[in-house]
Amino acid sequence: MAGLTLASPSAERRPAWSPWRETWRRYRRHKLAVVSAFLLIVLIAAVVFGPFVWRVSINEIDFSARLEGPSLAHPFGTDDLGQDILARMIYGGRISLAVGLAAMAVAVLVGTLIGALAGMSRGALGHALMWLTDLFLSLPQLPLLLLLIYLFRDGLKAVFGPEGGIFILIVLVIGGLRWMPVARLVRAQFLSLREKEFVEAARALGASPLRQVVRHILPNAVGPVIIAGTIDVAAAIIAESTLSFLGLGFPPDTPTWGRLLFDAKDFLDIGPHWALFPGGAIFVAVVAINFIGDGMRDALDARRVI
Amino acid sequence: MSQYVLRRLLIAVPSLLGISLVLYIVLALAPGDPFSELATNPNVPPEVAAALRAKFGLDDPIYLRYLHWLAAMVQGDWGFSFVSRMNVDTLILQRLPTTLYVIGSAQILALLIAIPVGVYAATRPYSIFDQIANTFAFIGFSLPTFFTGLLFILVFSITLDWLPFVYSSDIKATGIRWLFEQIRQAIMPVMVLGLFQAASMTRFVRSAMLDVIRLDYVTTARAKGLGQPRVIVKHAMRNAMIPVVTLVALQMPAVFGGAIVTEQIFRIPGIGSLLISSILSNDTPVVMAVTFVFACLVVLFNLIADILYGWLDPRISFR
Amino acid sequence: MQSAIPRRFDASGPPDCQSDVRRSVFLPKQKSQPPSILLIVDSQPLTFEAFNVPLTGEQLGRRLRRASNTKNRTGTTMLDTELRTMIDEVKDGRMDRRGFVQRMLAFGLTAPMATQILAIGGVAMAEGPSVYKPTKRGGGGALKLLWWQGPTLLNPHFATGTKDQDGSRLFYEPLACWDADGNMKLVLAAEIPSLENGGLSADGMSVTWKLKPGVKWHDGKPFTADDVVFNWEYARDPATATVTIGVHRDITVEKVDDLTVRITFKKPTPFWADAFVGAPGSIIPKHLFAEYKGAKSREAPNNLSPVGTGPYKFVEFKPGDVIRGELNPDYHMPNRPHFDTIEMKGGGDAVSAARAVIQTGEYDFGWNIQVEDDVLLRLEKGGKGKTVYAVGGDTEFIALNFTDPNTEVDGERSSMKTKHPLLSDPAVRKALSMLVDREAVKKVIYGRAGRVTPNFLNGPEKFVSKNTSWEFSIEKASKLLDEAGWKPGADGIREKDGKKLKLLYQTAINGPRQKTQAIVKQACQKAGIDVELKSVVASVFFSSDVANPDTYAKFYADLEMFQIPMSQPDPAQHMRRYHSRNVATKENKWQGVNFPRWVNKVYDAAIDAAEAETDLVKRAALYIKANDIMMQDIVFIPVMHRLKVEACANTLRPVVSGWANETDNLFDWYREATG
Repeated sequence: MAGLTLASPSAERRPAWSPWRETWRRYRRHKLAVVSAFLLIVLIAAVVFGPFVWRVSINEIDFSARLEGPSLAHPFGTDDLGQDILARMIYGGRISLAVGLAAMAVAVLVGTLIGALAGMSRGALGHALMWLTDLFLSLPQLPLLLLLIYLFRDGLKAVFGPEGGIFILIVLVIGGLRWMPVARLVRAQFLSLREKEFVEAARALGASPLRQVVRHILPNAVGPVIIAGTIDVAAAIIAESTLSFLGLGFPPDTPTWGRLLFDAKDFLDIGPHWALFPGGAIFVAVVAINFIGDGMRDALDARRVI
Repeated sequence: MSQYVLRRLLIAVPSLLGISLVLYIVLALAPGDPFSELATNPNVPPEVAAALRAKFGLDDPIYLRYLHWLAAMVQGDWGFSFVSRMNVDTLILQRLPTTLYVIGSAQILALLIAIPVGVYAATRPYSIFDQIANTFAFIGFSLPTFFTGLLFILVFSITLDWLPFVYSSDIKATGIRWLFEQIRQAIMPVMVLGLFQAASMTRFVRSAMLDVIRLDYVTTARAKGLGQPRVIVKHAMRNAMIPVVTLVALQMPAVFGGAIVTEQIFRIPGIGSLLISSILSNDTPVVMAVTFVFACLVVLFNLIADILYGWLDPRISFR
Repeated sequence: MQSAIPRRFDASGPPDCQSDVRRSVFLPKQKSQPPSILLIVDSQPLTFEAFNVPLTGEQLGRRLRRASNTKNRTGTTMLDTELRTMIDEVKDGRMDRRGFVQRMLAFGLTAPMATQILAIGGVAMAEGPSVYKPTKRGGGGALKLLWWQGPTLLNPHFATGTKDQDGSRLFYEPLACWDADGNMKLVLAAEIPSLENGGLSADGMSVTWKLKPGVKWHDGKPFTADDVVFNWEYARDPATATVTIGVHRDITVEKVDDLTVRITFKKPTPFWADAFVGAPGSIIPKHLFAEYKGAKSREAPNNLSPVGTGPYKFVEFKPGDVIRGELNPDYHMPNRPHFDTIEMKGGGDAVSAARAVIQTGEYDFGWNIQVEDDVLLRLEKGGKGKTVYAVGGDTEFIALNFTDPNTEVDGERSSMKTKHPLLSDPAVRKALSMLVDREAVKKVIYGRAGRVTPNFLNGPEKFVSKNTSWEFSIEKASKLLDEAGWKPGADGIREKDGKKLKLLYQTAINGPRQKTQAIVKQACQKAGIDVELKSVVASVFFSSDVANPDTYAKFYADLEMFQIPMSQPDPAQHMRRYHSRNVATKENKWQGVNFPRWVNKVYDAAIDAAEAETDLVKRAALYIKANDIMMQDIVFIPVMHRLKVEACANTLRPVVSGWANETDNLFDWYREATG
C-alpha cells in the first residue's frame, strides 16, 4: 500500500489531507458501523478473556443437570450431557470467530488477487486464471476435503501441533474453497472499470498497470468484495460445523458455535435455549461484521457524500 | 462477437478436459470405498469386498481408469453406479425434473425478492425499509439451512400441520389436485433455500446499486426530468447489474447440482442428495458424472455472463 | 444344529462309556434311524473342568452337574432322558410346542435353538404362533414405510447393505425366515427340515428342503426347485460379482425333484439355516436371470424391476428415493397381504423419520431410529405413533489395540511385531474398563434401546455368559493405576517410565457415538488418563481401501468403538473373527478380521473346539468360555447391548425380529382400526 501515500503530482489538496484519515472520518459518521465495531470488540474480548471470568469446565458432565434452561449456575443453560453452554460457547467462540475471520481474509485476498489479474490481463493469463476459477467452482468439495485432510493432517499436526495444524488446515480449506465468487465479481468489475474514462485518463498519463489497479480500479470495485467478504464470515462459521460433523475439522468434542447449533437442532423443541445462544452469537457476529463492512464501503466510496 | 463465442467454445474443450482430469484424480485419491457397508456384515467374508473392488477396476492405476472413463464418455457411455449397478445417465435423468423444479423455483424466488428489495433499499439507504431488509438478510445468511429447515418443519408441519415435510416424487392425484399437491410440498424447501439465497443476493444488489446510483450520469438523467422509476430501471440498474449477473451465473449451475442440505432435510430426490449419497459411498462413476456436467455448466454460464457483460456495458471489449 | 445330532447333550459324561452301547440305547424308539440328537457317539467328550475358567451359566452349570451326577442305569444322564422324554411328549401331543420351548428357555436355550433341537430330536418344527388377524386379503389401504437410507438396488444378491436387503425383500422371498421370537417361519418351504421328515441328515452334512407347491412368480410362471438351484449357481459364480458368494461358495445345491432341493455341506454344519433363509437368502427367478449369470449380471433388466413371489408386486423403483408395490392377488399365504399398496421412501435422517411417523403420522413405519431416547420420549407424547423394539445380539463395544499404532515396522503401523506401550499393561486395560459408565450411557443416550452388559457375546441367550460382571468406579480405576506404578505427573496425566497415559479414541461418525466418547473421555480425565477423540466418516471408517489410514481394520488408534451386527441367531461367524489366524496385517491387506490384533491360544483352542463340536450344550459352553476369556483379557469393553428401534404408527401391527431384516415378516403386518 506504499504506493498510495506517494503524493500525486496533480494533487491540489491540503497537505494535511490523508485518504485514510478521511476514510476514518467518514466511517465514524456511520453510527451503526461504529456500534458494530464496538460490539465485535466486546465479542472478541469475551471469548478471549471469558475463561478467566467464567471458570466452569467446558466438558464437565453433570447428569443431574441435563437440558436445564438458563439459571444462575448456568447462565446459558446446559446441553443434554449437563455441560455448561456458556463455558462451551466462550471456548468455541474463539475458534469460530478466528476461523470465520481468517477464512474470510484468505478468500478475499486470493479472490481479489486472481480476479484482478484476470480482469487486467487480456491474454492467456486471463484465460488460465478463469479456467482455474471454473475448476475450483466445479470441484466436488467433500471428496476434496477428505483428500486434503487425509494428505496433510498428519504433516501439519507434526509441525503446528494438533489444534494449530487443524486450524491452519481448516482456514485454508474454507478460504481456499470460497474465493471463486470473489474472483468472478472482481474480474467482472475490472472488465467494466478498466474501460472507464478515469482509468483511461490515468493510463494516458502514464500510470503503470499496478498503479491503475491499486489506485484507480480497486477502490471502485471494492463494494462487492466487502459484501462477499462479510457474507463469507457467516458462511465460514457454519462451514466449520459441517467439517467437524464430517470428522474433518476439530475433534468432535470441540464446541464451536456451528457445532453447538448442529448438536442442538434435534432438541429444538425440548431445550430451545441450546440452539438459541449459539445461533444468537453467530447472528450478532455476522450483523456486526456486516455493518462494519457497510461502514467501510461507504467510507471508501469517495463519491458518497456523508 | 460470434467469432468470440466460437473461440471461447473451442477453448472450453481442452479446459474441460483438464478439469475432468483433475476431478478424476481427486475422486480416485480420496479415501473411502463403495463396499464399506459389507465390512460389518458377518455373512460376507472380507475377500468378497476385495474381489468386488478388483472386478470394478478400483485397484487399477489411476491413469488407466481415467482413460477408460474418457474413452467411454466420448462414446456417450457414462458408466454405471457401483452402488445401484444402474446406468449413471438413467440415475441422473430420473432426478433431474425434481431438481429443476425445486431448486429452479428457489432461485427464481431469490431473484424476485433480492432485486426489488435490493434496488428499493439502495434508493433509500438507511431508511426504515433498508434497515428491516438488512436485518432480515443478516438473519437469513447467519442461520444455516439445516436449522431454518427444521424450524419450518416444526412450525408448519408439526405445530400447524399445514404442509407435508416428506417430499414425494410422484403424487398419485391428477389434474388440479396434482398441481396443488406439487406446490404444497415444494413450499417449504423452496422457501428455505430461496430465502437463504435471497438474503445474500439482496446485499449484493443493494451494494451494486449504491455504487452507481450517485454517479454523474444518473444525476444527469434525473436532471433531464426523467421519473425516478425510469431513472432507476433504465439507467442505474443496467449498470449495477454486472455483479448481479456474475452472481446469477454462479448460481445457475447449482440449479442442476441441487442443494445438498435442503434436499436431505425434506427428502427431495434431487441431484444434490444423489451426489452426497454417492460421495459418502464413494460411488465414483456417479460423482464423476454429476460433477463433470456441473463443470460444463460452470464453464458455459461463465461464457454467458461474459457475453452479458458486453451487452450491459458496451465498452467491455471482447478479444 | 443338525450336526449336533449324533452327540450327546451331556457335557461331562464319563469318558469310559462305550459309545456304541449308548448309541444302541438311545436310538429313537419308533424306528431305528435317524439317531437322536441327544446321543453320544463321541468317545472323548470334553469336560468343562478341562478348562480353568468357570464355563457355563450358573443355571445351566447346575443343571448339568446334577445331570451328570445322576446317571441312570443305562449310563445315560438325567438331561438326556429329560429332553428325550420332553421331545416324546411333544410328539405324542402331551406337551405343546410352546411349553417345550419355555422349558428349553429354562436351560438357557433360545427359541430358535430350542426349535432346532426339537427338529433334530425328530419332531417337525412348526411355525411359531401367528399373530396375524385379518381374515381376508387386502383392504388395509396403503402402507407407507420410511427408510432414512433409501435402498439403491433390488437384487438380493447385490445388496451391499441391509437397506438393499430390506428393499429386495418386499418382492423376493427366501425359503424361511425368523419371526419376532426367533422361531423359524416358513415362506417358500413347505415344511421345516427335520430328522423325522428326512430333511436333515444324521451326520449333519446335508439339508433337504421341500418347497410349497403351487407358488407362482408375479409373472405367472411356477416357482420350482430349478429356481433354488439356479440361485446357488448364480451367486457362487465369481463373475456375477454377488455379495452372497460367501454363503454359497462352500455348499452344493441339487434338485431332487421339482419341489425338493438338497443342500450338501463340506463339513458338519451346526447352523444349517443359512443359505436361502432370511432376507439375504431371497430367491430370484431363473427364467428371468438365467441369461444374465456371470459377467453380464449387471445388464439384467429385472435388476431394476423385480419379479418375485412376495406379497407385493413391483410397481416402481427409483434408487435411493422410493419403491412402490401393490397387492399380489395370487399370494401363496392365505388372507395375506393386508395392505393394498406399499411404498418405501428413502432419504433424510433418523430424527426427522421419527417425526414423520410419530409426530405427524405422514408415514406408518420408520426404520432404524437411532436417536437419543429423550428425543423419542418427547415425540411420543400425544403423538400418532410410538417406538417398538426388537432384541438381537448387537453389541456396541470399545476395542483395545494390542499393537503399537505409533511405531512403524516394515511400513506398517499397529504391526504384530510391536506391543502397545500402554495397553499391554493389564492394569491399564482393567482401569479403562472401569471408566466406561455404561449405566450413564444407557440413561443418557440409548435409553430403552440399550441394555447394560458385561459381555461381548449378548445373544442368543443360550450363549450369554453369566460369569462376568462390570463396574464403574473412577476411584478403583485410579487405585489400580496407582498400584501399577502409573503416577500422576505435573499436568495431572499419569505416567510411568517416561510414558504418558495418552490415548487416541476413534469411532465412526454417529450422534450417540460422539456422546459416548464424551462420557468416556470425561471419566478418563478424572482418573488421570488423557484421551484424544477422533471421529471418521462411516464410509471411510468401514472401507476396505488399502491406502486408507482411517479404517477400523488398520486401527491406527489406541481405542476404537463401533458394533458388528449379528445377523443370525448363532455366534460362530461372530466369534471366529478373533481367532489369532485372523489378525489384520499389511500382509493380508488388512483383510484379517481380528482388528484388535489379539492373540490368545486358549481362545483359539476354544473356537476351534466349538467349530468341530456338534453337541449343542458343549458348543454353547465353548462360546461362553470364549467370551469369558475375551472379557478377562479385556479385548473389548462392551458399552451397550443394542436393540433394534423402529418408529411405528399406533394402528400398525408390525412383526419385527432382532434376528432378521425389518421387512422379513412383512406378510404378517396389518393395521388395526383403533390404536
